[in-house]
Amino acid sequence: MLHSLNPHQQQNGGFSFENSRRNAVLESSLLEGAYKTPNPRKTGTTIAGMVYKDGVVLGADTRATDDMVVADKNCMKIHYIAPKIYCCGAGVAADAEMATQMMASNVELHMLNTGRPPLVAMVTRQLKQMLFRYQGHMGSSVIVGGVDVTGAHLYSVYPHGSYDKLPFLTMGSGAAAAVSVFEDRFKPNMELEEAKQLVRDAIAAGIFCDLGSGSNVDLCVITEAGVQFLRGYDKPTAKGQREGQYRYKPGTTAVLTKTETPLSLDVVDESVQLMDTE
Amino acid sequence: MLSAQGFGGPGKMKEYHYAGAVENRFSPYAFNGGTVLAVAGEDFAIVASDTRLSEGYSIHSRDSPKCYKLTDTTVIGCSGFHGDCLTLTKIIDARLKMYKHSNNKTMTSGAIAAMLSTILYSRRFFPYYVYNIIGGLDEEGKGAVYSFDPVGSYQRDTYKAGGSASAMLQPLLDNQIGFKNMEGVQHLPLTQEKAVQLVKDVFISAAERDVYTGDALRVCVITKDGINEQTIPLRKD
Repeated sequence: MLHSLNPHQQQNGGFSFENSRRNAVLESSLLEGAYKTPNPRKTGTTIAGMVYKDGVVLGADTRATDDMVVADKNCMKIHYIAPKIYCCGAGVAADAEMATQMMASNVELHMLNTGRPPLVAMVTRQLKQMLFRYQGHMGSSVIVGGVDVTGAHLYSVYPHGSYDKLPFLTMGSGAAAAVSVFEDRFKPNMELEEAKQLVRDAIAAGIFCDLGSGSNVDLCVITEAGVQFLRGYDKPTAKGQREGQYRYKPGTTAVLTKTETPLSLDVVDESVQLMDTE
Repeated sequence: MLSAQGFGGPGKMKEYHYAGAVENRFSPYAFNGGTVLAVAGEDFAIVASDTRLSEGYSIHSRDSPKCYKLTDTTVIGCSGFHGDCLTLTKIIDARLKMYKHSNNKTMTSGAIAAMLSTILYSRRFFPYYVYNIIGGLDEEGKGAVYSFDPVGSYQRDTYKAGGSASAMLQPLLDNQIGFKNMEGVQHLPLTQEKAVQLVKDVFISAAERDVYTGDALRVCVITKDGINEQTIPLRKD
Protein backbone atom coordinates (compact mmCIF):
# COMPACT_ATOMS: atom_id res chain seq x y z
CA MET A 1 0.00 0.00 0.00
CA LEU A 2 1.83 2.98 -1.25
CA HIS A 3 0.02 5.64 0.76
CA SER A 4 0.94 4.03 4.05
CA LEU A 5 4.60 3.62 3.16
CA ASN A 6 6.91 5.98 4.96
CA PRO A 7 10.63 6.39 4.31
CA HIS A 8 11.51 4.91 7.70
CA GLN A 9 9.79 1.58 7.03
CA GLN A 10 12.01 -1.29 5.83
CA GLN A 11 11.42 -2.68 2.36
CA ASN A 12 10.63 -6.39 2.57
CA GLY A 13 12.42 -7.51 -0.55
CA GLY A 14 10.66 -8.05 -3.88
CA PHE A 15 10.48 -5.22 -6.40
CA SER A 16 10.97 -1.62 -5.38
CA PHE A 17 8.77 0.74 -7.37
CA GLU A 18 10.29 3.92 -5.93
CA ASN A 19 11.56 5.12 -9.27
CA SER A 20 8.50 4.23 -11.36
CA ARG A 21 6.88 7.66 -11.14
CA ARG A 22 10.14 9.44 -11.83
CA ASN A 23 10.79 7.18 -14.84
CA ALA A 24 7.29 7.77 -16.20
CA VAL A 25 7.73 11.54 -15.92
CA LEU A 26 11.17 11.38 -17.57
CA GLU A 27 9.93 9.23 -20.43
CA SER A 28 7.00 11.48 -21.24
CA SER A 29 8.71 14.82 -20.78
CA LEU A 30 11.96 13.93 -22.55
CA LEU A 31 10.37 12.25 -25.58
CA GLU A 32 11.91 14.88 -27.89
CA GLY A 33 15.35 13.85 -26.73
CA ALA A 34 14.39 10.24 -27.48
CA TYR A 35 14.94 9.14 -23.89
CA LYS A 36 14.67 5.40 -23.53
CA THR A 37 14.80 3.37 -20.35
CA PRO A 38 17.62 0.79 -20.58
CA ASN A 39 16.26 -2.49 -21.86
CA PRO A 40 16.78 -5.66 -19.86
CA ARG A 41 18.30 -8.48 -21.90
CA LYS A 42 15.60 -10.63 -23.51
CA THR A 43 16.18 -14.04 -24.91
CA GLY A 44 14.21 -13.18 -28.12
CA THR A 45 13.56 -16.82 -28.50
CA THR A 46 11.91 -19.75 -30.12
CA ILE A 47 10.74 -22.41 -27.66
CA ALA A 48 8.44 -25.30 -28.43
CA GLY A 49 7.05 -28.43 -26.84
CA MET A 50 4.86 -31.34 -27.84
CA VAL A 51 3.34 -34.43 -26.31
CA TYR A 52 4.14 -37.67 -28.15
CA LYS A 53 3.39 -41.36 -27.60
CA ASP A 54 5.64 -41.97 -24.59
CA GLY A 55 6.02 -38.48 -23.10
CA VAL A 56 7.03 -34.94 -23.90
CA VAL A 57 9.65 -33.37 -26.20
CA LEU A 58 10.79 -29.81 -25.40
CA GLY A 59 12.92 -27.74 -27.75
CA ALA A 60 14.62 -24.33 -27.71
CA ASP A 61 17.08 -22.26 -29.73
CA THR A 62 20.25 -20.91 -28.07
CA ARG A 63 20.52 -17.20 -28.92
CA ALA A 64 20.23 -14.43 -26.30
CA THR A 65 19.91 -10.86 -27.62
CA ASP A 66 20.56 -7.44 -26.12
CA ASP A 67 18.20 -5.35 -28.28
CA MET A 68 19.39 -6.41 -31.72
CA VAL A 69 22.93 -7.53 -30.86
CA VAL A 70 23.63 -11.17 -30.00
CA ALA A 71 24.74 -11.31 -26.37
CA ASP A 72 25.11 -15.08 -26.03
CA LYS A 73 25.43 -17.44 -29.00
CA ASN A 74 24.90 -20.61 -26.98
CA CYS A 75 22.77 -20.04 -23.90
CA MET A 76 20.63 -22.71 -22.22
CA LYS A 77 16.92 -22.09 -22.27
CA ILE A 78 15.71 -25.46 -21.05
CA HIS A 79 15.77 -25.43 -17.25
CA TYR A 80 15.48 -28.21 -14.70
CA ILE A 81 12.52 -28.10 -12.32
CA ALA A 82 12.15 -31.68 -11.09
CA PRO A 83 13.66 -35.03 -12.16
CA LYS A 84 10.98 -35.47 -14.84
CA ILE A 85 9.76 -31.90 -15.27
CA TYR A 86 11.65 -29.38 -17.40
CA CYS A 87 10.81 -25.86 -18.42
CA CYS A 88 11.72 -23.69 -21.44
CA GLY A 89 11.92 -19.95 -20.77
CA ALA A 90 11.44 -16.98 -23.12
CA GLY A 91 11.18 -13.24 -22.53
CA VAL A 92 13.44 -11.45 -20.05
CA ALA A 93 16.38 -13.80 -19.44
CA ALA A 94 16.86 -12.95 -15.75
CA ASP A 95 13.14 -13.31 -14.99
CA ALA A 96 12.93 -16.70 -16.69
CA GLU A 97 16.03 -17.91 -14.86
CA MET A 98 14.83 -16.71 -11.43
CA ALA A 99 11.27 -17.97 -11.89
CA THR A 100 12.42 -21.46 -12.85
CA GLN A 101 14.95 -21.64 -10.03
CA MET A 102 12.24 -20.59 -7.59
CA MET A 103 9.98 -23.34 -8.96
CA ALA A 104 12.73 -25.93 -8.69
CA SER A 105 13.31 -25.16 -5.03
CA ASN A 106 9.58 -25.01 -4.24
CA VAL A 107 9.07 -28.38 -5.92
CA GLU A 108 11.87 -29.91 -3.84
CA LEU A 109 10.26 -28.62 -0.63
CA HIS A 110 6.83 -29.78 -1.76
CA MET A 111 8.18 -33.26 -2.48
CA LEU A 112 9.66 -33.46 1.01
CA ASN A 113 6.48 -32.08 2.56
CA THR A 114 4.05 -34.41 0.82
CA GLY A 115 6.32 -37.39 0.23
CA ARG A 116 5.05 -37.56 -3.36
CA PRO A 117 6.74 -36.93 -6.72
CA PRO A 118 5.60 -33.61 -8.20
CA LEU A 119 2.83 -33.13 -10.73
CA VAL A 120 3.31 -30.89 -13.77
CA ALA A 121 0.02 -29.21 -12.84
CA MET A 122 1.46 -28.27 -9.46
CA VAL A 123 4.49 -26.59 -11.04
CA THR A 124 2.21 -24.71 -13.45
CA ARG A 125 -0.07 -23.54 -10.65
CA GLN A 126 2.80 -22.24 -8.53
CA LEU A 127 4.37 -20.54 -11.55
CA LYS A 128 1.18 -18.83 -12.62
CA GLN A 129 0.39 -17.69 -9.08
CA MET A 130 3.86 -16.17 -8.78
CA LEU A 131 3.73 -14.44 -12.18
CA PHE A 132 0.22 -13.10 -11.50
CA ARG A 133 1.40 -11.73 -8.17
CA TYR A 134 4.02 -9.69 -10.08
CA GLN A 135 1.34 -8.38 -12.45
CA GLY A 136 3.40 -8.97 -15.60
CA HIS A 137 6.49 -7.13 -14.31
CA MET A 138 8.29 -10.47 -14.39
CA GLY A 139 8.52 -10.71 -18.15
CA SER A 140 9.01 -14.43 -18.60
CA SER A 141 6.92 -16.73 -20.79
CA VAL A 142 7.51 -20.39 -20.07
CA ILE A 143 6.59 -23.79 -21.46
CA VAL A 144 6.44 -26.42 -18.70
CA GLY A 145 6.52 -30.04 -19.76
CA GLY A 146 7.00 -33.31 -17.96
CA VAL A 147 5.80 -36.73 -16.98
CA ASP A 148 4.16 -37.48 -13.63
CA VAL A 149 1.99 -40.23 -12.14
CA THR A 150 -1.01 -39.04 -14.18
CA GLY A 151 0.86 -39.06 -17.50
CA ALA A 152 2.64 -36.65 -19.84
CA HIS A 153 1.55 -33.01 -19.75
CA LEU A 154 2.49 -29.74 -21.44
CA TYR A 155 1.55 -26.24 -20.24
CA SER A 156 2.46 -22.72 -21.33
CA VAL A 157 2.39 -19.82 -18.86
CA TYR A 158 2.37 -16.16 -19.92
CA PRO A 159 3.99 -13.23 -18.03
CA HIS A 160 0.70 -12.00 -16.60
CA GLY A 161 -0.16 -15.42 -15.25
CA SER A 162 -2.51 -17.04 -17.76
CA TYR A 163 -1.84 -20.60 -18.87
CA ASP A 164 -2.82 -23.06 -21.60
CA LYS A 165 -2.77 -26.83 -21.61
CA LEU A 166 -2.31 -28.19 -25.13
CA PRO A 167 -0.70 -31.07 -27.07
CA PHE A 168 1.81 -28.70 -28.71
CA LEU A 169 2.90 -25.18 -27.84
CA THR A 170 5.36 -22.53 -29.00
CA MET A 171 6.45 -19.25 -27.39
CA GLY A 172 8.90 -16.42 -27.86
CA SER A 173 9.52 -14.08 -30.79
CA GLY A 174 9.84 -17.08 -33.13
CA ALA A 175 6.59 -18.68 -31.95
CA ALA A 176 4.73 -17.91 -35.18
CA ALA A 177 7.42 -19.56 -37.33
CA ALA A 178 7.54 -22.64 -35.08
CA VAL A 179 3.80 -23.11 -34.67
CA SER A 180 3.35 -23.11 -38.45
CA VAL A 181 5.51 -26.25 -38.62
CA PHE A 182 3.50 -27.90 -35.84
CA GLU A 183 0.19 -27.01 -37.46
CA ASP A 184 1.38 -28.65 -40.65
CA ARG A 185 2.78 -31.92 -39.35
CA PHE A 186 1.60 -32.60 -35.80
CA LYS A 187 -0.34 -35.81 -35.13
CA PRO A 188 -1.32 -37.26 -31.74
CA ASN A 189 0.78 -40.18 -30.44
CA MET A 190 3.76 -39.74 -32.73
CA GLU A 191 6.84 -41.96 -32.48
CA LEU A 192 9.98 -40.68 -30.72
CA GLU A 193 12.17 -40.07 -33.77
CA GLU A 194 9.36 -38.40 -35.69
CA ALA A 195 8.55 -36.20 -32.68
CA LYS A 196 12.20 -35.18 -32.23
CA GLN A 197 12.46 -34.34 -35.93
CA LEU A 198 9.26 -32.27 -35.77
CA VAL A 199 10.37 -30.23 -32.76
CA ARG A 200 13.80 -29.78 -34.35
CA ASP A 201 12.14 -28.51 -37.54
CA ALA A 202 9.89 -26.14 -35.59
CA ILE A 203 12.85 -24.62 -33.75
CA ALA A 204 14.84 -24.45 -37.00
CA ALA A 205 11.98 -22.47 -38.58
CA GLY A 206 12.32 -19.99 -35.71
CA ILE A 207 16.10 -19.91 -36.06
CA PHE A 208 15.99 -19.05 -39.77
CA CYS A 209 12.88 -16.92 -40.00
CA ASP A 210 13.08 -14.96 -36.74
CA LEU A 211 15.90 -12.49 -36.14
CA GLY A 212 15.63 -12.89 -32.36
CA SER A 213 16.42 -16.63 -32.52
CA GLY A 214 19.46 -18.42 -33.81
CA SER A 215 22.43 -20.74 -33.37
CA ASN A 216 21.63 -24.31 -32.23
CA VAL A 217 18.64 -26.49 -31.33
CA ASP A 218 18.49 -27.96 -27.82
CA LEU A 219 16.05 -30.79 -27.16
CA CYS A 220 14.81 -32.44 -24.00
CA VAL A 221 12.95 -35.75 -24.17
CA ILE A 222 11.03 -36.69 -21.02
CA THR A 223 9.46 -40.10 -20.57
CA GLU A 224 8.34 -42.36 -17.73
CA ALA A 225 11.78 -43.97 -17.83
CA GLY A 226 13.73 -40.75 -17.47
CA VAL A 227 15.07 -37.65 -19.21
CA GLN A 228 17.35 -37.30 -22.21
CA PHE A 229 18.79 -33.79 -22.35
CA LEU A 230 20.17 -33.27 -25.87
CA ARG A 231 22.20 -30.07 -25.66
CA GLY A 232 23.22 -28.99 -29.16
CA TYR A 233 21.02 -31.68 -30.78
CA ASP A 234 21.26 -29.91 -34.11
CA LYS A 235 23.52 -27.13 -35.37
CA PRO A 236 21.86 -25.93 -38.59
CA THR A 237 24.07 -22.83 -38.80
CA ALA A 238 27.81 -22.58 -38.73
CA LYS A 239 30.24 -19.69 -38.39
CA GLY A 240 31.87 -18.89 -41.73
CA GLN A 241 35.52 -19.81 -42.22
CA ARG A 242 37.74 -16.76 -41.97
CA GLU A 243 40.61 -16.71 -44.44
CA GLY A 244 42.94 -14.25 -42.73
CA GLN A 245 45.03 -14.61 -39.58
CA TYR A 246 44.20 -12.17 -36.81
CA ARG A 247 46.66 -13.05 -34.08
CA TYR A 248 48.90 -10.34 -32.69
CA LYS A 249 52.57 -10.77 -31.79
CA PRO A 250 53.43 -10.08 -28.16
CA GLY A 251 54.40 -6.44 -27.85
CA THR A 252 51.81 -5.13 -30.33
CA THR A 253 49.91 -3.38 -27.55
CA ALA A 254 51.90 -0.38 -26.31
CA VAL A 255 53.01 -0.76 -22.70
CA LEU A 256 53.04 2.68 -21.07
CA THR A 257 54.10 1.85 -17.52
CA LYS A 258 54.96 -1.37 -15.74
CA THR A 259 54.84 -2.02 -12.00
CA GLU A 260 55.85 -5.40 -10.61
CA THR A 261 54.71 -6.44 -7.15
CA PRO A 262 56.07 -9.80 -6.03
CA LEU A 263 53.61 -11.94 -4.03
CA SER A 264 54.94 -14.86 -2.05
CA LEU A 265 52.28 -17.54 -2.60
CA ASP A 266 52.27 -21.33 -2.64
CA VAL A 267 50.36 -23.18 -5.32
CA VAL A 268 47.86 -25.34 -3.43
CA ASP A 269 45.50 -26.42 -6.23
CA GLU A 270 45.42 -26.02 -10.01
CA SER A 271 42.38 -26.42 -12.22
CA VAL A 272 41.79 -25.61 -15.89
CA GLN A 273 38.40 -24.46 -17.13
CA LEU A 274 37.89 -24.30 -20.89
CA MET A 275 36.14 -21.23 -22.30
CA ASP A 276 33.30 -21.70 -24.74
CA THR A 277 34.75 -19.55 -27.51
CA GLU A 278 32.87 -20.71 -30.59
CA MET B 1 7.87 13.26 1.84
CA LEU B 2 5.18 11.76 -0.34
CA SER B 3 4.60 13.51 -3.65
CA ALA B 4 1.30 15.42 -3.89
CA GLN B 5 1.04 14.07 -7.45
CA GLY B 6 -0.03 10.70 -6.12
CA PHE B 7 -3.20 11.94 -4.46
CA GLY B 8 -6.51 12.55 -6.22
CA GLY B 9 -8.10 13.86 -3.04
CA PRO B 10 -8.27 12.97 0.68
CA GLY B 11 -8.05 9.20 1.14
CA LYS B 12 -7.90 8.48 -2.61
CA MET B 13 -5.03 7.43 -4.91
CA LYS B 14 -4.88 8.91 -8.37
CA GLU B 15 -5.11 6.45 -11.28
CA TYR B 16 -1.55 5.41 -11.98
CA HIS B 17 -0.53 4.69 -15.57
CA TYR B 18 2.94 3.26 -15.77
CA ALA B 19 4.06 4.71 -19.07
CA GLY B 20 1.98 7.88 -19.12
CA ALA B 21 -0.21 8.88 -22.06
CA VAL B 22 1.05 7.38 -25.31
CA GLU B 23 0.29 9.02 -28.64
CA ASN B 24 0.18 6.61 -31.55
CA ARG B 25 1.43 8.33 -34.68
CA PHE B 26 2.14 7.03 -38.14
CA SER B 27 5.88 6.94 -38.72
CA PRO B 28 6.96 7.56 -42.31
CA TYR B 29 10.18 5.62 -41.73
CA ALA B 30 11.00 1.95 -41.23
CA PHE B 31 14.34 0.38 -40.47
CA ASN B 32 15.25 -2.37 -42.92
CA GLY B 33 18.69 -3.23 -41.58
CA GLY B 34 21.77 -4.05 -43.62
CA THR B 35 25.43 -3.18 -43.47
CA VAL B 36 27.65 -1.61 -46.13
CA LEU B 37 31.40 -1.29 -46.31
CA ALA B 38 33.79 0.42 -48.69
CA VAL B 39 37.60 0.27 -48.90
CA ALA B 40 39.88 2.33 -51.16
CA GLY B 41 43.18 0.92 -52.37
CA GLU B 42 46.00 2.23 -54.53
CA ASP B 43 44.31 1.37 -57.83
CA PHE B 44 41.07 -0.30 -56.77
CA ALA B 45 38.03 0.24 -54.59
CA ILE B 46 35.74 -2.30 -52.94
CA VAL B 47 32.10 -1.77 -52.01
CA ALA B 48 30.47 -4.63 -50.09
CA SER B 49 27.09 -5.14 -48.47
CA ASP B 50 25.09 -7.96 -46.96
CA THR B 51 21.92 -8.97 -48.79
CA ARG B 52 19.40 -9.32 -45.95
CA LEU B 53 16.32 -7.09 -45.92
CA SER B 54 14.53 -7.18 -42.59
CA GLU B 55 11.87 -5.36 -40.61
CA GLY B 56 11.25 -5.80 -36.90
CA TYR B 57 12.00 -9.44 -36.17
CA SER B 58 11.13 -10.68 -39.69
CA ILE B 59 13.07 -11.10 -42.88
CA HIS B 60 11.61 -9.64 -46.08
CA SER B 61 14.28 -10.98 -48.40
CA ARG B 62 17.54 -12.88 -48.21
CA ASP B 63 18.67 -11.57 -51.61
CA SER B 64 18.44 -7.79 -51.60
CA PRO B 65 21.95 -6.39 -52.14
CA LYS B 66 22.60 -2.82 -51.11
CA CYS B 67 25.31 -2.01 -53.69
CA TYR B 68 24.06 -0.09 -56.73
CA LYS B 69 26.21 0.48 -59.80
CA LEU B 70 26.20 4.13 -60.84
CA THR B 71 28.92 4.35 -63.51
CA ASP B 72 31.71 2.09 -64.74
CA THR B 73 33.93 3.42 -62.00
CA THR B 74 31.49 4.13 -59.15
CA VAL B 75 29.31 2.00 -56.89
CA ILE B 76 27.12 3.29 -54.08
CA GLY B 77 26.10 1.33 -51.00
CA CYS B 78 22.85 2.44 -49.33
CA SER B 79 21.38 1.05 -46.11
CA GLY B 80 18.66 2.19 -43.76
CA PHE B 81 15.09 2.62 -44.94
CA HIS B 82 14.72 0.61 -48.14
CA GLY B 83 12.02 2.85 -49.59
CA ASP B 84 14.31 5.87 -49.40
CA CYS B 85 17.28 3.82 -50.71
CA LEU B 86 15.33 2.94 -53.88
CA THR B 87 14.06 6.48 -54.46
CA LEU B 88 17.47 8.00 -53.82
CA THR B 89 19.22 5.67 -56.28
CA LYS B 90 16.56 6.43 -58.90
CA ILE B 91 17.12 10.16 -58.41
CA ILE B 92 20.91 9.73 -58.65
CA ASP B 93 20.56 7.69 -61.86
CA ALA B 94 18.35 10.39 -63.38
CA ARG B 95 20.78 13.13 -62.41
CA LEU B 96 23.68 11.13 -63.89
CA LYS B 97 21.86 10.91 -67.21
CA MET B 98 21.07 14.63 -67.16
CA TYR B 99 24.72 15.46 -66.52
CA LYS B 100 25.81 13.12 -69.32
CA HIS B 101 23.47 14.79 -71.76
CA SER B 102 24.39 18.37 -70.85
CA ASN B 103 28.14 17.94 -70.35
CA ASN B 104 28.88 15.07 -72.71
CA LYS B 105 30.89 13.21 -70.13
CA THR B 106 30.33 10.72 -67.29
CA MET B 107 30.28 12.07 -63.76
CA THR B 108 33.43 11.40 -61.76
CA SER B 109 33.24 9.87 -58.25
CA GLY B 110 34.06 13.17 -56.61
CA ALA B 111 31.35 14.95 -58.58
CA ILE B 112 28.77 12.30 -57.70
CA ALA B 113 29.69 12.65 -54.03
CA ALA B 114 29.31 16.42 -54.11
CA MET B 115 25.99 16.10 -55.92
CA LEU B 116 24.68 13.52 -53.45
CA SER B 117 25.47 15.87 -50.61
CA THR B 118 23.25 18.56 -52.15
CA ILE B 119 20.46 16.07 -52.89
CA LEU B 120 20.47 14.87 -49.29
CA TYR B 121 20.60 18.38 -47.82
CA SER B 122 17.69 19.51 -49.98
CA ARG B 123 15.65 17.21 -47.73
CA ARG B 124 17.16 18.56 -44.53
CA PHE B 125 13.79 18.77 -42.74
CA PHE B 126 12.37 15.43 -43.86
CA PRO B 127 15.53 13.45 -44.49
CA TYR B 128 16.19 10.41 -46.61
CA TYR B 129 16.76 7.76 -43.94
CA VAL B 130 19.74 6.31 -45.79
CA TYR B 131 23.36 5.77 -44.82
CA ASN B 132 25.37 6.13 -48.03
CA ILE B 133 28.90 5.15 -48.89
CA ILE B 134 30.27 5.75 -52.39
CA GLY B 135 33.24 3.74 -53.60
CA GLY B 136 35.04 4.26 -56.88
CA LEU B 137 38.12 5.45 -58.75
CA ASP B 138 39.00 9.12 -58.88
CA GLU B 139 40.31 11.00 -61.96
CA GLU B 140 43.85 9.76 -61.31
CA GLY B 141 42.70 6.14 -61.14
CA LYS B 142 43.27 5.86 -57.37
CA GLY B 143 40.64 4.32 -55.09
CA ALA B 144 38.22 6.74 -53.43
CA VAL B 145 35.61 6.27 -50.69
CA TYR B 146 33.10 8.95 -49.71
CA SER B 147 30.92 8.42 -46.64
CA PHE B 148 27.73 10.35 -45.87
CA ASP B 149 25.31 10.92 -43.05
CA PRO B 150 21.54 11.02 -43.74
CA VAL B 151 21.51 14.80 -44.30
CA GLY B 152 24.50 15.14 -46.62
CA SER B 153 27.62 15.71 -44.55
CA TYR B 154 30.42 13.84 -46.31
CA GLN B 155 34.13 13.33 -46.45
CA ARG B 156 36.63 11.28 -48.38
CA ASP B 157 37.94 8.26 -46.48
CA THR B 158 40.23 5.31 -47.03
CA TYR B 159 37.69 2.89 -45.54
CA LYS B 160 34.26 3.20 -43.95
CA ALA B 161 31.51 0.96 -42.62
CA GLY B 162 27.89 2.05 -42.48
CA GLY B 163 24.54 0.55 -41.50
CA SER B 164 23.46 -1.66 -38.63
CA ALA B 165 26.79 -3.39 -37.88
CA SER B 166 28.94 -0.31 -38.61
CA ALA B 167 29.93 0.10 -34.95
CA MET B 168 31.23 -3.50 -34.96
CA LEU B 169 33.14 -3.27 -38.26
CA GLN B 170 34.67 0.21 -38.07
CA PRO B 171 37.03 -0.48 -35.12
CA LEU B 172 38.23 -3.69 -36.79
CA LEU B 173 38.99 -1.80 -40.00
CA ASP B 174 40.73 0.95 -38.01
CA ASN B 175 43.01 -1.73 -36.63
CA GLN B 176 43.61 -3.83 -39.75
CA ILE B 177 43.75 -1.14 -42.45
CA GLY B 178 44.62 1.96 -40.44
CA PHE B 179 47.04 0.07 -38.14
CA LYS B 180 45.60 1.93 -35.18
CA ASN B 181 46.39 0.89 -31.60
CA MET B 182 49.30 -1.31 -32.70
CA GLU B 183 52.99 -0.89 -32.15
CA GLY B 184 55.92 -2.30 -34.02
CA VAL B 185 53.82 -3.48 -36.99
CA GLN B 186 54.91 -2.98 -40.58
CA HIS B 187 52.59 -0.61 -42.45
CA LEU B 188 52.24 -2.66 -45.62
CA PRO B 189 50.12 -1.10 -48.40
CA LEU B 190 46.78 -2.87 -48.84
CA THR B 191 46.69 -5.27 -51.82
CA GLN B 192 43.46 -6.10 -53.61
CA GLU B 193 43.52 -9.77 -52.50
CA LYS B 194 44.15 -8.86 -48.86
CA ALA B 195 41.39 -6.24 -48.96
CA VAL B 196 38.80 -8.67 -50.39
CA GLN B 197 39.80 -11.30 -47.82
CA LEU B 198 39.50 -8.76 -45.00
CA VAL B 199 36.07 -7.62 -46.19
CA LYS B 200 34.80 -11.22 -46.26
CA ASP B 201 36.21 -11.95 -42.79
CA VAL B 202 34.77 -8.84 -41.13
CA PHE B 203 31.31 -9.62 -42.50
CA ILE B 204 31.54 -13.19 -41.19
CA SER B 205 32.20 -11.71 -37.75
CA ALA B 206 29.47 -9.09 -38.07
CA ALA B 207 26.92 -11.78 -39.00
CA GLU B 208 27.72 -13.60 -35.75
CA ARG B 209 26.64 -10.73 -33.52
CA ASP B 210 24.33 -8.43 -35.48
CA VAL B 211 20.90 -9.92 -36.09
CA TYR B 212 20.27 -7.66 -39.09
CA THR B 213 23.39 -8.82 -40.97
CA GLY B 214 23.56 -12.19 -42.68
CA ASP B 215 22.32 -14.42 -45.52
CA ALA B 216 24.88 -13.43 -48.16
CA LEU B 217 27.61 -10.91 -48.90
CA ARG B 218 27.87 -9.04 -52.20
CA VAL B 219 31.37 -7.71 -52.95
CA CYS B 220 31.94 -5.29 -55.86
CA VAL B 221 35.60 -4.74 -56.78
CA ILE B 222 36.14 -1.65 -58.93
CA THR B 223 39.29 -1.43 -61.04
CA LYS B 224 40.17 0.28 -64.31
CA ASP B 225 39.08 -2.92 -66.05
CA GLY B 226 35.55 -2.64 -64.74
CA ILE B 227 33.41 -3.82 -61.85
CA ASN B 228 33.71 -7.43 -60.68
CA GLU B 229 30.92 -8.82 -58.45
CA GLN B 230 31.14 -11.80 -56.09
CA THR B 231 28.51 -13.30 -53.77
CA ILE B 232 29.57 -15.22 -50.67
CA PRO B 233 27.12 -17.00 -48.32
CA LEU B 234 26.81 -15.88 -44.70
CA ARG B 235 24.90 -17.22 -41.68
CA LYS B 236 21.18 -17.45 -42.29
CA ASP B 237 19.92 -17.39 -38.68
